[in-house]
Amino acid sequence: MGGPTLHFGAVWAAADRLAAGAGLTLALSLACMAAGLLIGTGCALLSAFGGRGARAFVRGYVETIRNTPFLIQLFLIFFGLPSLGVSLSPVVAALVGMSVNAGAYVTEIVRAGVLAIPGGQVEAARALGLRTGRIIRHVVLFPALRQALPALGAQFVLVLLGSSVASTISAEELTGTAHLLETETFRPFEVYIVVAGLYVAMAFALKLGFAGVERWVFATRGRA
Amino acid sequence: MIRSFGQAEFLYLLAAARWTVLLSLVAFAGGGVLGLGLAIARTARLRWVRLAAAAWIALFQSVPLLLLLFLVFFGLALYGRDQDPYVAVAAALSLYAGAYLGDIWRGAIEAIPRGQLEGAEALGLRPWARLRLVVLPQAVRIAIPPTIGFLVQVVKNTSLASIIGFAELSQAAQFVNNLTFRPIPVYLAAAAIYFTLCFPLTWTATRLERRLLGRVGANKAQA
Repeated sequence: MGGPTLHFGAVWAAADRLAAGAGLTLALSLACMAAGLLIGTGCALLSAFGGRGARAFVRGYVETIRNTPFLIQLFLIFFGLPSLGVSLSPVVAALVGMSVNAGAYVTEIVRAGVLAIPGGQVEAARALGLRTGRIIRHVVLFPALRQALPALGAQFVLVLLGSSVASTISAEELTGTAHLLETETFRPFEVYIVVAGLYVAMAFALKLGFAGVERWVFATRGRA
Repeated sequence: MIRSFGQAEFLYLLAAARWTVLLSLVAFAGGGVLGLGLAIARTARLRWVRLAAAAWIALFQSVPLLLLLFLVFFGLALYGRDQDPYVAVAAALSLYAGAYLGDIWRGAIEAIPRGQLEGAEALGLRPWARLRLVVLPQAVRIAIPPTIGFLVQVVKNTSLASIIGFAELSQAAQFVNNLTFRPIPVYLAAAAIYFTLCFPLTWTATRLERRLLGRVGANKAQA
């Protein structure tokens, strides 16, 4: 018994649309990694140096995001906000949802890096007369981020993979484009296997890129 | 007439949450079997076995779960299976969970000092006995906190099953939203149910991890 025959012709014919979808996926993911890094670093510092209220706020944010599905968060932003008078386009809603989601995970990762800094180092810096801003930057933040790099890289791959969920609010990134092609070509398996291959390629490229960043950062260790 | 979002609708969501729990358990069981196999293969003596397991893990950790769901769903359809979301969802979630659990458990196995394995070998223990008596009892303890942490990801990711028509909590929430047009209370209620399922797991994982780290620290201090 032979397996089913696959026909990829219709998929190759739509190569330009798939490329556009992959481009949007990459742009969306990179933007949300950057935004997540900003949110996460800010929240980690707030939780380390802020008062009680700031710490409770960060903890509430992180636990709420980490313990509810991204899909529901996205639905709240895309379907819920319009009833409060804020209508976002699918791509903007995805951008907001992914950034807020990634920010919570980055907070935890950077916080762990900050906690790993020995308290004596901060005291030593203070004894040397460094101002708080410089202590945060040179003694706490840079070493913490360096320590957090491998975990951040893994998290960024999850951001890329998670961006596919944006297709459920009809964002035309790679998975959304695949949905459209599926209904046009009636070749769902062929479409999705090609698209899955594209995700694998992007994820591997991201891992390689991040490994490069790690090597570069660790090579310039003494210069921070 | 548009229905309002009241007690009956909330109870409907709550009832649908049992499918979320069941699906999580099935995915965890399927992923657990696959993950254990992958973790053992990943730490095997034979190089090609190790490489094959590593490639499998790297591949399945690079495909979005949503795509995995579609591929299994439409792949089964190609073979003339009924488009039954139950089998597809269980299989896809197991493949997903297996890849991550395999990686987590590999780390736990590799955390056991090599000298212990050499010692067990010197005592004449066979490979299976070495695994069962020396490696696994210690590795399990190290593996429990991250495993519980990953279980949270599994529970949350069962929500994606709604997209291929599996009637769990998220699907129920979309259904109720279509009846009531009250997205904020409906999805907040669904989020609250997910939170109630997940937060105790997150909390336990953090506690256990802290205790484990404390023990490692104490051991170091003794040595």
